[in-house]
Amino acid sequence: MPVYLDHAATTPLSAEALAALTRELARTGNPSSLHGSGRRARRSVEDARETVAAAAGAHPSEVIFTSGGTESDNLAVKGLYWSRVGENPARRRILCSAVEHHAVLDTVEWLERHEGAEVTWLSVDADGVLDLAALQAELSREPDTIALVTVMWANNEVGTIQPIGRIVELAHAAGVPVHSDAVQAFGSLPVDFKASGLDAMSISGHKIGGPVGVGALLLGRAVKLTPVQHGGGQERDVRSGTLDTASIAAFAAAAEKVTATLGTESARIAALRDRLIAGVHELIPEAVLRGAPGNGRLPGNAHFTFPGCEGDSLLFLLDLAGVESSTGSACTAGVPRPSHVLLAMGLDEDTARGAQRFTLGHASVEADVDALLAALPDAYARARQAGMAGRESSIQTAGTIARHAQAGS
Amino acid sequence: MSGGVDSAVAAARAVEAGHDVVGVHLALSRMPGTLRTGSRGCCTIEDSRDAWRACDVLGIPYYVWDFSERFKEDVVQDFIDEYAAGRTPNPCMRCNERIKFAALLEKAIALGFDAVCTGHYAKVIEDADGNRELHRAADWAKDQSYVLGVLTHEQLKHSMFPLADTPSKAEVRAEAERRGLSVANKPDSHDICFIPDGDTAGWLAEKIDMATGDIVDETGRKVGEHPGANAFTVGQRRGLKLGTPAADGKPRFVLEIRPKENKVVVGPEALLAIDEIRGIKVSWAGLPIAEVVTGEEFECHAQVRAHGDPVPATARMEPAADNGGSQLVVRLATPLRGVAPGQTVVLYQGSRVLGQATIDAARSLQRAEL
Repeated sequence: MPVYLDHAATTPLSAEALAALTRELARTGNPSSLHGSGRRARRSVEDARETVAAAAGAHPSEVIFTSGGTESDNLAVKGLYWSRVGENPARRRILCSAVEHHAVLDTVEWLERHEGAEVTWLSVDADGVLDLAALQAELSREPDTIALVTVMWANNEVGTIQPIGRIVELAHAAGVPVHSDAVQAFGSLPVDFKASGLDAMSISGHKIGGPVGVGALLLGRAVKLTPVQHGGGQERDVRSGTLDTASIAAFAAAAEKVTATLGTESARIAALRDRLIAGVHELIPEAVLRGAPGNGRLPGNAHFTFPGCEGDSLLFLLDLAGVESSTGSACTAGVPRPSHVLLAMGLDEDTARGAQRFTLGHASVEADVDALLAALPDAYARARQAGMAGRESSIQTAGTIARHAQAGS
Repeated sequence: MSGGVDSAVAAARAVEAGHDVVGVHLALSRMPGTLRTGSRGCCTIEDSRDAWRACDVLGIPYYVWDFSERFKEDVVQDFIDEYAAGRTPNPCMRCNERIKFAALLEKAIALGFDAVCTGHYAKVIEDADGNRELHRAADWAKDQSYVLGVLTHEQLKHSMFPLADTPSKAEVRAEAERRGLSVANKPDSHDICFIPDGDTAGWLAEKIDMATGDIVDETGRKVGEHPGANAFTVGQRRGLKLGTPAADGKPRFVLEIRPKENKVVVGPEALLAIDEIRGIKVSWAGLPIAEVVTGEEFECHAQVRAHGDPVPATARMEPAADNGGSQLVVRLATPLRGVAPGQTVVLYQGSRVLGQATIDAARSLQRAEL
């Protein structure tokens, strides 16, 4: 069995979620139907809604089930933008952190290209923490022209936690609603929607032990949102489409499990993470931890740049040694690109290319960290060698022969 | 793995032979097109997905390695520079020389691999002492040994061509079908991969400064004007738009391009026949044969195009007149038409590839007597 250190990509289905999923999949019934089968399905969905609401610190009517984090982000950002512009056509500014997941980043860029949005990318410091002064400066400049602020709760690549409470305070003082992508935070940190004051918040099922293909947007009861997907009027008329009873029930089971054990699990996982970080620093002193230190980052996230390495070489060599990790960033047609998060934190492209993310989850144990630390030195040495492959080929080619002959004559 | 059928089947055969195989797709452009159009081009997202799918079917890992910077410098820029200097380069050969069997191989060796395995139709065999030789593939119609003629002894040591003995392309497609590889019926790629619409002259015109100049005949007499010398290739007949007809009324062909004088030389077809080639940047595919080392003349066949017929020739290494280096002199028993500086001459003995040189000068005996 390979050692799985990519829990931020997806994490194994919890036993509770699997039981709920298989139970519900065997049943028939559309939760919108009025007959017995429909009533039974609706009962499951509404139970799940209350469970997810309790887990996320929200009221049940604030839970809008979606197909996952990406849909929740699209719905929140586009829906808020359109609704705010609809109320006042002058509100076209979106304030967005420079380190967002592509589900937010690309949505915002799309609104900029097609819907007349004016985007301000809010800068972050070297740890990836949002610059509150920059946010304040933008908010005080014609606040009436701002449609929304969107800042993630915790970063998916480097694990840095954002000061969501302060961000909401500042934005609300200026009368601007705030959305946060809490896909990585929910299930790893205490996340309380009501206490946060957020207007909208995205969460996902498969990052917390639920199935892929289900998530939710938590949406304040007073917040007006223009629907993106039209149809039967489900979910407050904001997100039409037949509800996926089985996935929703499984998502709720996972959410219940993960929040019940959050305190002990996050402490256990953070201890593993700290051992992993200390181990990497001891073996490879030149590796640099990226993101905020200690409690400033997600308990399960350890992210490094390894100088002179290409992230995908390291990934390949670790995979070969049975350790599964990630470079942390998206790629274009499989072509590894330097992470926009690391660039926003001030790294140059070459340094950013050496990124490797190790993420722990509820299934992680000491032996996983040991296996990584055993495999890493060799993988690092080889990846460095491959990364050093210089401009002039060390392999003899027709070109090098000709150049040497010329140099010799 | 390009995403085509040949490399997919080559990978399948390597897996079946018991090797630890990892599929690598080369990203040669930072701006890949999304979908393939017709049979042109490569490196589109669709090609990348096809290669990935093949790897998944074979149960092997798949990676995309980005060599776009090196490709731009070593292949694309070289292509432009060569044309700008009035020569006719072969970019596929440059790619094999500098990217597939150099940059890629170098990274692979550093990562712990032993060899680069490709879907080329060519054969590597070992002599009694274990030295590697490059040979034509069993199917001479598909043979690609010409574009691999640039590989050195060291490169051959790390090369694997599992399609060597395949009787035909149809066989490869049938095998892909049998193995459940979805690329079985994908059309062959053609042309130069970085010129997506196949319009080389149009593509070059955007990259090279063209200036109008004179078209002269073989005696130096002006017979017309051209919009830019670099748009012409040796052997070309069409599109010359000559104002002054030839004395004998017969069609005229491009004999030579002189970039420094911005002149295009035209003349009768007979003067296109090349009898002697001088080649520089010589390399030997494996160990050089004895005559190369001793400087003696040897019998061989010469081929100047990927899909051209080889002609009987004699060749020898001679000291170069100017710089104290050496050059390859090839005397063609059967004269060849349309030989241009910049092209590669590959020498064969039977099925064996001896080596190659970049053509520096092509001489017509009849023209020399003028």
